Amino acid sequence: MNLLNIKLFRTQYTKTSLRILFYCVFCSVVPAALGSDRLHFLIPGGAGGGWDTTARGVGEALTRSGIVAGASYENRSGGDGSKAIAYMIETADRQKNTLMISSTPIILKSLKNIFPQSYKDLTPVAAVVADYGAFVVKADSKYQKWQQMIADYQLDPRNVRVAGGSVIGGMDHVVAAMALSKSGTDAKALRYIPYNAGAKAMVGLLSNETQLLSTGLSEAIALAEQGEVRILAMTAPARLSHAPSIPTLQEQNIDLVFTNWRGFFGAPGMSEEKVSSLQDSLGEMYESKEWEEIRTQRGWSNLFIRGKEFTEFLQAQESEMAILVDDLGLR
Amino acid sequence: MLDGILQGLNTAFLPINLLLLFVGCFAGTFIGMLPGLGPVSAIALMIPITYGFDPSSGLILMAGVYYGAVFGGSTSAILINAPGVSGAVATAFDGYPMAQRGEAGRALALAAYSSFCGGTIGAVFLLIFVPFLAKVSLSFQSADYFALMLFGLTAITAFAGKGQVLKAVLMAVLGLMLATVGEDPSGIQRFTFGITDLYDGISFLLLSMATFAIAEALVVILRPAPVESEQSSQDVSFKALGSMKLSKEEVLDVAPVVGRSSVLGFLVGVLPGAGATIASFLAYGMERNLASLKEKLKFGKGSLRGLAAPESANNAASTGSFVPLLTLGIPGSATTAVMLGALLSYGVQPGPRLYIDNPAVFWSVIISMYLGNVILLVLNLPLIPYISRLLDIPKQFLTPIILFLSLIGVYLVSFNPFDLVMMVVIGAIAVFFRVLNFPLAPMLLGFILGGMLEENLRRALMISDGSLAFLWERPITASILLITLATVLIPQLLSMLRKNS
Repeated sequence: MNLLNIKLFRTQYTKTSLRILFYCVFCSVVPAALGSDRLHFLIPGGAGGGWDTTARGVGEALTRSGIVAGASYENRSGGDGSKAIAYMIETADRQKNTLMISSTPIILKSLKNIFPQSYKDLTPVAAVVADYGAFVVKADSKYQKWQQMIADYQLDPRNVRVAGGSVIGGMDHVVAAMALSKSGTDAKALRYIPYNAGAKAMVGLLSNETQLLSTGLSEAIALAEQGEVRILAMTAPARLSHAPSIPTLQEQNIDLVFTNWRGFFGAPGMSEEKVSSLQDSLGEMYESKEWEEIRTQRGWSNLFIRGKEFTEFLQAQESEMAILVDDLGLR
Repeated sequence: MLDGILQGLNTAFLPINLLLLFVGCFAGTFIGMLPGLGPVSAIALMIPITYGFDPSSGLILMAGVYYGAVFGGSTSAILINAPGVSGAVATAFDGYPMAQRGEAGRALALAAYSSFCGGTIGAVFLLIFVPFLAKVSLSFQSADYFALMLFGLTAITAFAGKGQVLKAVLMAVLGLMLATVGEDPSGIQRFTFGITDLYDGISFLLLSMATFAIAEALVVILRPAPVESEQSSQDVSFKALGSMKLSKEEVLDVAPVVGRSSVLGFLVGVLPGAGATIASFLAYGMERNLASLKEKLKFGKGSLRGLAAPESANNAASTGSFVPLLTLGIPGSATTAVMLGALLSYGVQPGPRLYIDNPAVFWSVIISMYLGNVILLVLNLPLIPYISRLLDIPKQFLTPIILFLSLIGVYLVSFNPFDLVMMVVIGAIAVFFRVLNFPLAPMLLGFILGGMLEENLRRALMISDGSLAFLWERPITASILLITLATVLIPQLLSMLRKNS
């Protein structure tokens, strides 16, 4: 009896270990063995994050609409996203069908010279979705309009402490500082309180710890619709179709448009035909109803910039932020 | 409300949903048993599978996987000292020594019962207090969290045996220091020495696997096994390993512990900035402080109370963490963040209006989570004698398997070979500490609390413009700090009094 049990357990355990072993081998072999009609997504962060959901959403739309035969995903977190960049560069010749997802913070990190390698070493393919900065107050806050908040800030910057889900000098901080300085105030006096995630920063606002929250529109919109918070302004060029009641900064006479793009990069030296065929696939996906379904479900805004325009867009965003990062003394 | 509950029950008891629950629990248990794969990865794995499902079925499968993975995590913590999830670290403190004594079956059964009770008490609280609790979850500010983390640190006294206090404190400080590696909240790199692999800091999983599982396996190798006694101890274990019997006295002894820990765990879980790990440590520390002198000595050496407390607390806390998730749409932990993603993909938007506008969905989420808890007990109790026989595997096979699984578990999460090197180095250092009789648990506690302690302290200081007044300005902060002081000082005073008399 005992012997039998031992045996039973040994086999069960071996099976489990075999399964893991299989999984490992599978994972490491897959990217290399992909055919050209399959895509591999490299995600610089862990499962469930913003990069992860976007890459998987795009991959799903591409496969469900039949544009590519299959998609595989690889989460390679570490070094705040820089591990994945380094990996793309080191293994460039094996990454012919790999798209790495990235977004605005990567520009900020390059500006601050944090990474040994920059996104500039990679091949830009296209931006696919956009989120905009949103400035949020609690529903019972005395601020109804952006200008009321600015007036209070001008009296004493300590009246308006700003919460955000990034580190000091990170995106939420820089966007808030840009909006404040375009409103004619001293952004250097800003009291920015960092939290380690957007949701935690939201808790900071709701628990009355801070008066204003700088975050992504997509992260604040659900609570705004349910009447818990009010969005004073957001940084899109015009009002959005899925959130028509939220005013832009522009219409409140603040000249600031800021787009947090999420897009894809290829390995260095990716051939031009490959880049344009990938761009075509993404463009085709944009027309599909599968994409529309996934996009509306996740609350993403469409933003398709490809080719040279994408590079120019990245350069423009970089130089705009560079000035501010210098002004704030964050470099 | 009653309508909603009935409707929820109706959906949950459809045969197909019950089947999914079983499948989920089973799969979850196995996924969770692999060190490194916890509830977060288990749920993330399930999301693509459930895309085509009807929302309530998908949620039910997810609930099963979730509870299964939590239980699986406790299983590997108890059997092979490899807590792959931070919530299971405190389970290993007393669960593993019990398993070593040949009481693996009892330890697993107790863990299952306590988690079940924790989940049940949590669910009852959820049922009664939901509208009120949403406010509670927002009443804590950074200063209060700082005080709470500080209070959590007092749990290190629980790991300090006689004359060990200094060693325990030193190890806790080492843990706090390790927590500072990586990018700090002001965006500056600390102790990374230009190595990009350290930019994100040291991962909890890596540290706990290295100091618990790897160090344990290496110590087993180093310790020369006395030949005859091993034979006899194995004879004992064949019978005892799988036994799940708890005597009546033991049950009565543990029951109040489970009750207290569940209430504490639930309340901590409701706070979006704390979570199951803190809850399990607080419960462990609280039980040790409340225990009699004789019972105190058993903590860390296989005390039933020491196992029941964290297990019930972390399950109650997981249930509690649904309060901010469902009422505000705010995920307080990695697990609830993944759950939020799943809910959103079914078109369920959690928030203050979900409870009012869509009570059926609200209750079916809660009821399916609770059913997961019930099924887990039904499914896993009969499996325990078999699972615990794992320890029957001779050491020469078991040890390499543990080493292999721990290394693979960490690698599967990061796919970073550097982590493996770091793990082995930390494991080797940990062996050194163990040989010199330095307790490793306080280090892990310091590491887990360190990050949050620092962040909240920084924020509290920034909000008060650098003044220390935040320590006494808010009643919550002040009272937690007073309790902390009392916990540290009262035992000292008592022992001084005893010496004088």
